[in-house]
This record gives sequence, structure tokens and C-alpha cells, in this order.
Amino acid sequence: MKFRIYRYDPESGAAPRMQDYELDYDPKGKKVLDALIAIKDTLDESLSFRRSCREGVCGSDGVNVNGTNVLACITALEDLKEPVEIRPLPRLGVIRDLIVDMEQFYQHYRAVKPYLINLDPEPENERLQSPAERAELDGLWECILCGCCTTSCPSFWWNPEKFLGPAALMQGYRFIADSRDQATDERLDFLEDPYRLFRCHGIMNCVEVCPKGLNPTAAIGKIKTLLVKRAL
Amino acid sequence: MIPKRTFDAVIVGGGGAGLRAALQLAEADLKVAVISKVFPTRSHTVSAQGGITSALGNVSDDNWHWHMYDTVKGSDYLGDQDAIEYMCRNAPTAVYELEHMGLPFSRLPNGKIYQRPFGGQSQNYGGAQAIRTCAAADRTGHALLHTLYQRNIAARTQFFEEFFATDLIRDEAGSILGVVALEIETGQAWLFESRATLLATGGACRIFRHSTNAHINTGDGLGMVLRAGLPLEDMEFWQFHPTGIPEVGSLITEGVRGEGGYLLNKDGEKFMERYAPNAKDLASRDVVSRAIAQEILAGRGCGPHGDFVYLKIDHIGADKVKERLPGIRELSMQFAGVDPCVAPMPVTPTAHYMMGGIPTNMHGQVVAPVKYGPEEPVPGLYAVGECACVSVHGANRLGGNSLLDLVVFGRAAGLHMIDFLRENPIPANLPEQQVDKAMARLARWDKKTGTETVAGLRTDMQRIMQDHCGVYRREDLLKEGIAKLDQVEARLPDAALSDHSKMFNTVRLEALELENLIPIARATLVSALARTESRGAHTREDFPKRDDGQWLRHTLYTRENDQLDYKPVRLKPLTVETFQPKERTY
Repeated sequence: MKFRIYRYDPESGAAPRMQDYELDYDPKGKKVLDALIAIKDTLDESLSFRRSCREGVCGSDGVNVNGTNVLACITALEDLKEPVEIRPLPRLGVIRDLIVDMEQFYQHYRAVKPYLINLDPEPENERLQSPAERAELDGLWECILCGCCTTSCPSFWWNPEKFLGPAALMQGYRFIADSRDQATDERLDFLEDPYRLFRCHGIMNCVEVCPKGLNPTAAIGKIKTLLVKRAL
Repeated sequence: MIPKRTFDAVIVGGGGAGLRAALQLAEADLKVAVISKVFPTRSHTVSAQGGITSALGNVSDDNWHWHMYDTVKGSDYLGDQDAIEYMCRNAPTAVYELEHMGLPFSRLPNGKIYQRPFGGQSQNYGGAQAIRTCAAADRTGHALLHTLYQRNIAARTQFFEEFFATDLIRDEAGSILGVVALEIETGQAWLFESRATLLATGGACRIFRHSTNAHINTGDGLGMVLRAGLPLEDMEFWQFHPTGIPEVGSLITEGVRGEGGYLLNKDGEKFMERYAPNAKDLASRDVVSRAIAQEILAGRGCGPHGDFVYLKIDHIGADKVKERLPGIRELSMQFAGVDPCVAPMPVTPTAHYMMGGIPTNMHGQVVAPVKYGPEEPVPGLYAVGECACVSVHGANRLGGNSLLDLVVFGRAAGLHMIDFLRENPIPANLPEQQVDKAMARLARWDKKTGTETVAGLRTDMQRIMQDHCGVYRREDLLKEGIAKLDQVEARLPDAALSDHSKMFNTVRLEALELENLIPIARATLVSALARTESRGAHTREDFPKRDDGQWLRHTLYTRENDQLDYKPVRLKPLTVETFQPKERTY
């Protein structure tokens, strides 16, 4: 199988380049991550990428394969056009090869206060939450922070420092939607901003690429609806 | 001398155990640093699926004492009963605390936390099946890890993400004074000086070729402890989870059987009824794994090579599968090409969990036979989670007890560290030659020429462990395994890297990880060869019976000369009566 992989060595001073690799490899049942590991183990130890769980739950190995942001570990090789072109996630700074600097992404995540705010005294047992209330969180809390959505979003490309991006906004909404959270107003105050939230123009790249099948655009829409309701 | 950072406490590892302890320390206004080789939510806790066990009694009548009985029995009586009592007693508080933190547990119609049945759970000391495992769908580990990380953001814990800890600094008196860690992005080595150091580095199933574990599970804390001259406990006990996806290794949660799934052989027989007439598919994991292995050996496995069995769940209805097991459905479709809503999933026993580890007491203090007794605390050193052996899991862990272990003992260690730091306000003088030693080990990989590769040696080690130390063990197999591992170790000095760059050099990390894995593999083989009995997950074909007379004791392995020592099991609980060892049936 033929691969073209983005290479950048920060110590050499050389410009980034694409490097070709050929693996004698039966792609059946194999994923892009398997191929990256096989290349590293047998052809080129210097090829660098992140990986951890290798089953699509830890969010380490977001990369761009043939033009689409994916998790390498759950993307089947068989379906891919050759040479398989693998690049780092777009718009973030590249540290080395396929490894990007996620700090901006994490800053936006932390900015939405991604934790439950509830100032009531803690009850002796669990706080009650009906299955219907709990269902409001489904499709939100499963985010693995891989960055595939945010780095596929043109609004993020244009304003990466100011626009929070789909992942952070969806986590912001995850706590607004939680019946146990008491900080909705404070959260909406923070989000009501021409850049942080309103740079989302519903392009929906995020929905298309999310490897967990989540829908950040819908979550962002719900935040906007709440803001409108609050204004009325 | 390398640059230095000073903290009150340093935590190595950003999984559930490390984050729970960090939270305790950060909320006590101590200066705490969490060093993690990956961004915390990439830690392997995230892969835990089925849930966290706690006798809340939300679904079935329940109490912590029954949970304790099941855990002692599940451990095949090798678990320390004081630690088990502590864990099971504190389980409800620990789960309520997670709920208060915001963990999105699934809910029952009355609004309480959803619980599902798991293996080895009973009411009334061996009676009817209990329903005890609290779940957030089948992504409980994800929910737990993200919640703990989020609380740590709120507590302003200081994280050193993508820093790889390489060695402990231990002075002549035996105290631990900090760790050396590599900043992965720059390749810079740092000295983290601290009065208390907690290891929470997780498991090490990457010693095996097939495992449910993440690539990062390389037992780094265990390697550090062995190099510091300290022992590891009960390393012969590794859990083979009954239901991993063949070849790939990904875990299919016990929760599938908890929700009504069952195993089938090629004749379509529900074979667990023969092996465990009462608990059937919800017998303890060691029992189910041996049953599957027996079926495969007897030629009743499925598929062209007869090397797996089927796990069926479609009969509960597609809606329930999608609601309660959405993550399993994804995994099965991605890695086995099977939608469990319509067809059974192929599964096979797969290395999953390390019951042994760094010996600790129930405060998380690392204990070792230093001078006066078998359980003397090593000043300044703590361990919790899978890397530690406290020992609540003994010879076999029950499903749902791992996440519980993380939070109960993460909190306990945090509390003890706060006291320890108060009593020891002045840092000791740090011996520079120890730092030099750690740096020399790193420099070894600057060597430019060699005939061996890290990947080649790692693959050979993993094959040896898979072939010689699996579900069934035998003297000749184990001895041969040790001889083969000797050869791998002898080749290690000939290994060299072809990449000597500083920034984000991942093959250098893999080399350092290999230096942790190989001694762990060795500890496993040596400990397993010595234990001439079958107990829990350690099954010897040549010694098929449990032997309480000789072997109701913990193994301690030290690296120098492969030395083995033993210490008694703590049979006396804190407040209740001892559960006396008896025959274990399900």
C-alpha cells in the first residue's frame, strides 16, 4: 500500500514536506493507525504521531486523511484511495510530523468552565435526575476532545483565538443542559459574544467529521435559542 | 545538573487514580503537580466501560458487607480483607461524591443512579445475583475520567502534560525525594523535587501480544520501583478478560452479559451452564475465561480456526442495545464487522488487568520489607490504582471494582499525603548522584550503532508472554519462557535508535517503555513459576488445586537475582469477622 505522509522536523530547519512510503501490507481489517505503526516499526522510526487507546475513545490520534479529519485508529484502510495522504489536523501549529499543538483547543475548552456548578449543600445520597433530564446530555458528554471538529471549522480557521470552536461550545452546552447545573445565566453571559459563539455560521463540517457521531452544530443552535429566549 | 521544579507533592499519572488524589491535594491548597505522558483524558481509564461497583441498593437489596464477601471470594481469598472492607464500606460515598462532581450516570425511572448486574455479585453472601454496578451507559470510564479532569480544572491543579517520568530519586535513608521526567515536546529532562510522590501509572498489559490495554500501558511506575530496588507484589496474577475482540484485543464489557447476553460455542450451546450452574455467564472472570479456553481446546470454538466463541445480545432488542451498550456496538462494528443488534460478536479471553503491582497499605503508602517487617512504609512514596497492589483484587478482580479502587484509594492516598506533608515540612537534601544515574540511563539511547530495534525486541517479548504465560501455565512452558526472555534481555544492549532528535522523539519513549516492560515480564514469569498452585487467574495445569496451606500468601519479587519473598495475606478485616477461605464455586 502506498502512503504520502506530512513530515516536519523542527530541529532540521527544513520546510515541511510530503514523504512517500510503501508497505507490503494486506489492508483487510486494518486501520490507518495500524499502518502508521507498521511504518514506524519497520520503515522509519522517526515518523511521529500520537496514539493511546487504539479504539476510538481517547481522542489522541486525530489526523487528516485524504482531506478529511478522522481518528486514525478507527479509519479502515481498505476504503481509502491510494496513495493515502496523511496530514496533521489543519490550522493548529505543527510540533512535529502529525503532532499538533493542541493548547489553543484546550484553552477554549477550559474557558467554558467545563464542570458542574451547583452551590447547594450536597445531599447525603445522589442528586435525583430523571431519565428524561439525563437524556438531554446524550450526544454531548461523549465528546473525546480529539479536535477533529474544531480544526475542520472555517470559522475557527479565521478566528482561532476568539472563536471557541464546536468542541468547546458543545461542552459549554453540556453543562447548560444538565438539570443539576445552576450556572446557566453565567454561562450564557460568557457565550453571548460576537466571536466566542456567533462566529458559528452553521457550516456543519463539525457534524460531518465527528468520529463519535455527535452534533456540535445542534448544541450551538440550542445555546443560540436560549440566548434569544432570554432576550425576550 | 538538570533544571529543577519543586512541589509539595508530585503525582505521576493522569488517569482516574492520579486525578482523584490530585483533587484531594489541590483542594487542600497544597502545591501539587500532575505529570502525565499523555493529556489526562487520553489515559486508559477512559476505556473502562461497564461501570463502578457500589452497594447502593438502588435496584436490588444490597449492602457493603455482601460486596465485601463477593470481593474476597472473587479474589480467591488472596485479597487483604482490611483493604477490601475499607473499599466496599467507602464505595457508596465514593460514588455519591462522583455524582455530586457531575458524573453523568445513567438513571433509573425514580431518578437514582442506574445499576446493572456484573459477574461475581451476590446478595446475602453467595445468594441470588446482586445488581450492583453503577453505569454511565457503557462509557463509565470516559465519564469518570472526564469528570475528574474537569474538577481538577476547577481546582487549578498544575498539569505537566506530555512529560514522561523516568526514575525515582531515592536517598541513602530510603526516602523518595522526587522524580526525573522528560518534557516530551522539547526532550528536556527535569527534576521534580517533592516531599511526597504518588505513582498512578496504570497497568502493563502491553507485555502481552494481545491485550485490551492502550498502547500507553507499559507499567512505567513499576519499572521505576524495580530500578529503585523495591519489590513488586503478586505479579503472577494477570486477568484475562473473557470477552476481547479476537486479534484486535478491544474489550467487550461484562455489562453485555449483565444486560442479558450469553456465550455460545459452535454448536450453539450456552456452555457456561456446564461450568457455573448458578451464576452461568456472570461467574467470575477467571472462571469464564477458563471455560472459553476449554471450549476452544475441545474443538468447540467458532470460526474457520475454531479460536473464538460468540457473545449474543441481539435478543434483548435493538433499542436496548443502542441505549445501554452504544459504545460496544460501535467497537463491534468497527473492529469485528458485526452489529450486535442483529448478530453475535466473536470474543476470546484477552489480557486485561494486572492484579499485582507496587505493594501498598490501604493509605496508598508503598510498603516493602526494608529492615524490620514485610510492610514498612517507604517514606515519601505512594502508589494507587492499577499500578498498585493494595491488595483488594487478590488473585482475580471482579468487574466494576477497578474504577472503585481508583477513586477510593486515590482519595485515601491524598488524605494520607496531606498528613505526611504536614508532619514533614522540610525537604531532605537531594542526592545528585541519583540524578546522574537516571540521566546516564537516558544517555544510553544516544548510542548510534546497534543491531537490534526497539520494535523487534518488544514484539519478541510480547510473543513470549502470550505463548508462555497465558490463561493456562505449566512448569516447562514457564521455564522455557524465562530462557527466551533471557535472550531478549541479552539483546537489549545491542539495541539502538535511528532517530536521535530531541523534540517529540516517540521512538526514544518506546525504548524507555521497553525498559519498563521487560523487567515486568520477567517478574511475572518468575513469580508464576514459583507458585505451584492454581488460584484465581493463575492457573497451573500441573498444579490444578488451590493450596491454602502453602500458598495463602503474597509474592514479593525484587529484581536483584530475581529474589522472591513472601508475606502473609491480611485475613483480618477492620471491624467485621474474617471470611474464611473455602471452596470457590459459582
